[in-house]
Amino acid sequence: MNRDLVIERLSEGTATVLRPMGDIDMARAPAMRSAVAAAVRDRPPTLILDLSQVSYVDSSGIATLVEALQVSIRNKVRLVLVGINPRVQSAFEITRLVGLFTISETVTKAAAP
Amino acid sequence: MRRRSIHRSASDPTGDAVTPEPDISIRIFSEPQLLSGIRALVDAVGVGMGFFEKSRCLMSLAIDEALSNVIRHGYEGRKDGMIWIHIWRIPDPRGLRFVIEDLARAVDPAKIKGRHLDDVRPGGLGVHIITETMSDVAWEVRKDGGMRLTMSKRLSDEERQAVEQATQGNTNS
Repeated sequence: MNRDLVIERLSEGTATVLRPMGDIDMARAPAMRSAVAAAVRDRPPTLILDLSQVSYVDSSGIATLVEALQVSIRNKVRLVLVGINPRVQSAFEITRLVGLFTISETVTKAAAP
Repeated sequence: MRRRSIHRSASDPTGDAVTPEPDISIRIFSEPQLLSGIRALVDAVGVGMGFFEKSRCLMSLAIDEALSNVIRHGYEGRKDGMIWIHIWRIPDPRGLRFVIEDLARAVDPAKIKGRHLDDVRPGGLGVHIITETMSDVAWEVRKDGGMRLTMSKRLSDEERQAVEQATQGNTNS
C-alpha cells in the first residue's frame, strides 16, 4: 500500500520513455513530476509517458500530466502518452482532457517521427 | 483530541432511507499514503453492491478526491489530522452513501466550486470529479468544527438489471 512510484527511464530511438509503475496519486505525483522535469531538461525530440503499468491516476496525477504537457510545449519537446488502461481512461474522460494529449497505441509508434 | 460521536453527526441531508448507523466507519490520519487502501475498500464495497468496473473506478476516484481535498486544503498537508469515512448501503434505489468528516479548517460551502474545464491548467479538478460522479453532494460546516461531505452513488439501470438477474438466478437455482 505504501509503495513508492518506480519510474523506469528508457530510450526508443531518439525518444525518451518514462514508464511509471504503480498508482499516480497524491502521494506519488511529486515523483512523477520530478522525473518528467528531469527528462524534459535533456530536450529529447519526443518524450513518451508509457502508462501501461499505471492502474490508477487521480486529479494530482492528471495535474502532473497537464504540467508535463505544458513544460514539454515550452521546451519544444513532443509529449506522447501510451498504454492508457480503461481505469485511467475514465479519469481522463471525466476531466475532459483526453483531446489535449497526443495518445499512441505503442511506444514504437509514439517514437516514430 | 476531544471525544466525539461519529454517528450522531451523520445527518441525512440527502433524505436517503438508510439506517442511522453506518455499515462501515473508518478513521484515518490525513496521510496521502493511506488513500490507496480506502480506494481498495470503496472498490470492494462497490463490487458487493453490483456496480460495474467503470462506476467503481469513478466512485473510488471521487472518494479519493474528497479525501485529498481534506488533506491538501483542510489540513494543509499535515499528516496528523483525523478523517472519518462512513459508508451506508442504500436499499432502494440501490446504491451507496458516503459521509466524510474532518476537524480541519472549515470553508464556506458556497465557495467550494469546481473550476471551468475549458481553463486548461493543473489542479482544481477534484470538486469537478466529485460532483460529476456522485449525486446528492453536500458540503456542510460541522457544529463541532471541521467539515462534512455527504454524497451518494446509485446503480445505473443497467447495473440494477444485472443485480436483479443475478438475484433471480440465485433464487431459481
